[in-house]
Amino acid sequence: MQWDIVIGLEIHVQLATKTKIFSGTSTAYGAEPNSQASAVDLAMPGTLPVANEQAFKYAVMFGLAVDAEICRRSVFERKNYFYPDLPKGYQTTQLERPIVGPGHVDVELADGSTKRVRIHHAHLEEDAGKSLHEDFHGMTGIDLNRAGTPLIEVVTEPDMRSAEEAVAFARKLHGLVTSLGICDGNMSEGSLRFDVNVSLKPAGDETLGTRTETKNLNSFRFMEQAIHHEVERQMDILEDGGRIVQETRLYNGDTQQSRSMRSKEEANDYRYFPCPDLLPVELDDAFIEDARSRLPELPDARKARFQSDYGLTDYDASLLSSSARMAALFEETVSHGKDAKLAANWLLGELSARLNSEDRELADCPLTGGQLGALILRISDGTVSSTGAKKVFEGLWTGEGSDVDELIDAKGLKQVSDTGALEKIVEEVLAGMGEQIAQYQEADEKKRKKLMGGFMGPLMKASKGQGNPKLFNEILKKKLER
Amino acid sequence: MHNKTVAQLSHALESGEVSSVELATHFLERIRLQDNRYNSFITVTEEAALADARAADERRKQGNATPWTGIPFAHKDIFCTEGVRTTCGSKMLENFVPPYDATVTRKLREAGAVCLGKTNMDEFAMGSSSESSYFGATTNPWGERRVPGGSSGGSAAAVAARLVPAATATDTGGSIRQPAALCGITGLKPTYGRVSRYGMIAFASSLDQGGTMARTAEDNALMLNVMAGFDPKDSTSIDREVPDYTASLNDSLKGLRIGLPKEYFTDQLSSEMNNVVREAIREYEKLGATVQEISLPHADLAIAAYYVIAPAECSANLSRFDGVRYGYRCEAPRDLMDLYTRTRAEGFGAEVKRRILVGTYALSAGYFDAYYLKAQKVRRLIQQDFINAFKQVDVIMSPTTPSPAFIQGEKTDDPVTMYLEDIFTISTNLAGLPAMSVPAGLMEGLPVGLQIIGDYFSEARLLNAAHQYQQVTDWHQLSPDA
Repeated sequence: MQWDIVIGLEIHVQLATKTKIFSGTSTAYGAEPNSQASAVDLAMPGTLPVANEQAFKYAVMFGLAVDAEICRRSVFERKNYFYPDLPKGYQTTQLERPIVGPGHVDVELADGSTKRVRIHHAHLEEDAGKSLHEDFHGMTGIDLNRAGTPLIEVVTEPDMRSAEEAVAFARKLHGLVTSLGICDGNMSEGSLRFDVNVSLKPAGDETLGTRTETKNLNSFRFMEQAIHHEVERQMDILEDGGRIVQETRLYNGDTQQSRSMRSKEEANDYRYFPCPDLLPVELDDAFIEDARSRLPELPDARKARFQSDYGLTDYDASLLSSSARMAALFEETVSHGKDAKLAANWLLGELSARLNSEDRELADCPLTGGQLGALILRISDGTVSSTGAKKVFEGLWTGEGSDVDELIDAKGLKQVSDTGALEKIVEEVLAGMGEQIAQYQEADEKKRKKLMGGFMGPLMKASKGQGNPKLFNEILKKKLER
Repeated sequence: MHNKTVAQLSHALESGEVSSVELATHFLERIRLQDNRYNSFITVTEEAALADARAADERRKQGNATPWTGIPFAHKDIFCTEGVRTTCGSKMLENFVPPYDATVTRKLREAGAVCLGKTNMDEFAMGSSSESSYFGATTNPWGERRVPGGSSGGSAAAVAARLVPAATATDTGGSIRQPAALCGITGLKPTYGRVSRYGMIAFASSLDQGGTMARTAEDNALMLNVMAGFDPKDSTSIDREVPDYTASLNDSLKGLRIGLPKEYFTDQLSSEMNNVVREAIREYEKLGATVQEISLPHADLAIAAYYVIAPAECSANLSRFDGVRYGYRCEAPRDLMDLYTRTRAEGFGAEVKRRILVGTYALSAGYFDAYYLKAQKVRRLIQQDFINAFKQVDVIMSPTTPSPAFIQGEKTDDPVTMYLEDIFTISTNLAGLPAMSVPAGLMEGLPVGLQIIGDYFSEARLLNAAHQYQQVTDWHQLSPDA
């Protein structure tokens, strides 16, 4: 049976405000446990929340960037449940009147098509603390540093049809919030966390199937794996004639297994009601216009600029413009290396592949745009072949050296571009290839091109890989067509 | 000395007739000798009080005393006091020592007032008799075995017994006015938002309001001068100028329009109580006021709406008492659920649990619309009733309570009868209006109060009306000892 995959996402985006959403406590990551927890964050008796204006500004900037309606009057509600890392016994969040209404994000897919993913809404809320289950000998440690960190929870419509689409959307969203500067995008620190809703339905059916929600995926790779895993799990059940249970699941990226966290029946009744400690927030035109004036160049505009300024293809431009960090690295590389197309190839090829294979984020990239640019320059001026350039890249990546020219020298990768020397090698090699020369000279233009390769191998070998292939080619042609 | 008002003591301090240390010593001695009869204090802070009194005397010497510098008073044990345990009348907070001051605490401290201790109250301010305190019931100085009213019964009894000249209090449904009436003193519940709630342990956030208790209207005015004002730490406090509430005390009442709601003066009202109030109204007519009947058509819905909204808010407000971070924790919990259930089962008293259950129920899925939303609609109707009434009159008068102080234990087994104690006071909390209770006579030898309700932010007018009445009557000067 053929199945349609239906995916919707909920994304928790930690806002990069200096202080928490309802207290003046710092939100900096990595401090000693509970050193950034004030009386308000600890929910001491009598303490009261005061909303952080910056969080509203960031939420509005997000709303404007996804072309959404901004709710002029948003209301905080209390979502009631008990958990040790939830100090008040309720989370202050928005339900009936979220700050950002319906919007959309257009996502470029690998096949060159564009997919529109609708945003259902995005609401402001506070993050919970962390429960630490290790190192406490059967007890649980509570760290409330994170409690009260502002979040926007972005909820999409179930518009995605494959893990690839979901990941492409997630990357686009990551690029958007980092470009806006409203989130630091550090997924390993939990700055961006994804919940994935997956359901299957017989191909072509209108009615959606029963969905499951897999929570708290904090890397694109885990997200992709979790979706594949869940699709297979559901497909196995459905093909065996079983039924999907609506439930919340947890995916373990290390074991690549998932397990049920709670079923719909076990779901909490959160007893939402408007928070009486916070009055409804009214946003006026001036506030929204101020947020609009703070919008930086967004990925879509940047993409258009990359295409027109650098002559990049649609696909390359969209990949390079998607995140602020990638875009900045690309522009720095081009400013040093000149050749934009070559820079694009290296960033999207060698560099991206390397990051992927080591499961690292661009933030942890050991190479600078200056180094990459210097390398591009040496490729285009013929100092180093593309094969040699990969070795230089390796040297930069592992920290063997930091200067491109020094690495080329040290590794002996400089191409021989002295025409006299190369001509001598060509003559020597051709001297032993009479048969092939005859073949070449009898062949037509089309066939000749193919035969050229047969000479290049021995030439490169004779030059110990250092001969400039472009010059070899030229010299060779002249000699053969004489 | 203890029969003097705050205004008189302030003059005595100013003239050097008495020192702050002498005052503190005198009142502390009275507490020591007499409070075993009333149990009006949970904590007496003798050492800190004497240190504060010495500092007050020093400050007066330096010439920067305020009218409150050196005046002894008491805090209801719902206001957080840095370094002094704050119990809210509950086992849950028996050993809770806040590391911060409530805004009200800070303001009185900064004015130089000398806090002698923390007064008894119904647990978490839930009650009308001060019998639900974990620290034992408070007794009304006017009669053995009589309740002082609640929840601010400790403050009212302490002021009535001349153990302090003034005390802070809070009012969610009548908790200042009802005990003030039953103890024969003057109390003021200000407009919602007039006094900061920061550091005042929440019962029902949208109804709670801190206020004042003293023997005279003038003293209430002096106290409100210190306590009122916008607080950036309380989002529901209102940014509006604070007048000098003593400035208009002596204004004439000529032309004051008094409204008597026909819904409060029914044949349900005892003829004795009716006589007392009519007598008071006649005094106002002699002072130049005019009287007319008005209607508050939805008055009979107030108790029902209140007992949905207040429990709903309290059910969330009290979730933070979970045994995790501070306060009572059960012995040797087996697991998390055991920690929660036993901590809360053992730490809260019966009335608190009753209200948490009622509120949780009212907010539950399937009941929310029928209870919580309906109650909010009724609340708006009640508010509109008052808005309409204040188009015709300047103040509204009624009895504060249906009857004088009842016998301890009489209503503890019948919560609904207990709730009816607040039948005249509850509407003003739902509407957020200011209201006072002023001693207006005796019934069966026990004091009863006249309630004066005003429009939003009309505290000055209420105090003026109460003060003028106290210039021509002496009910407020009656002492239970006489």
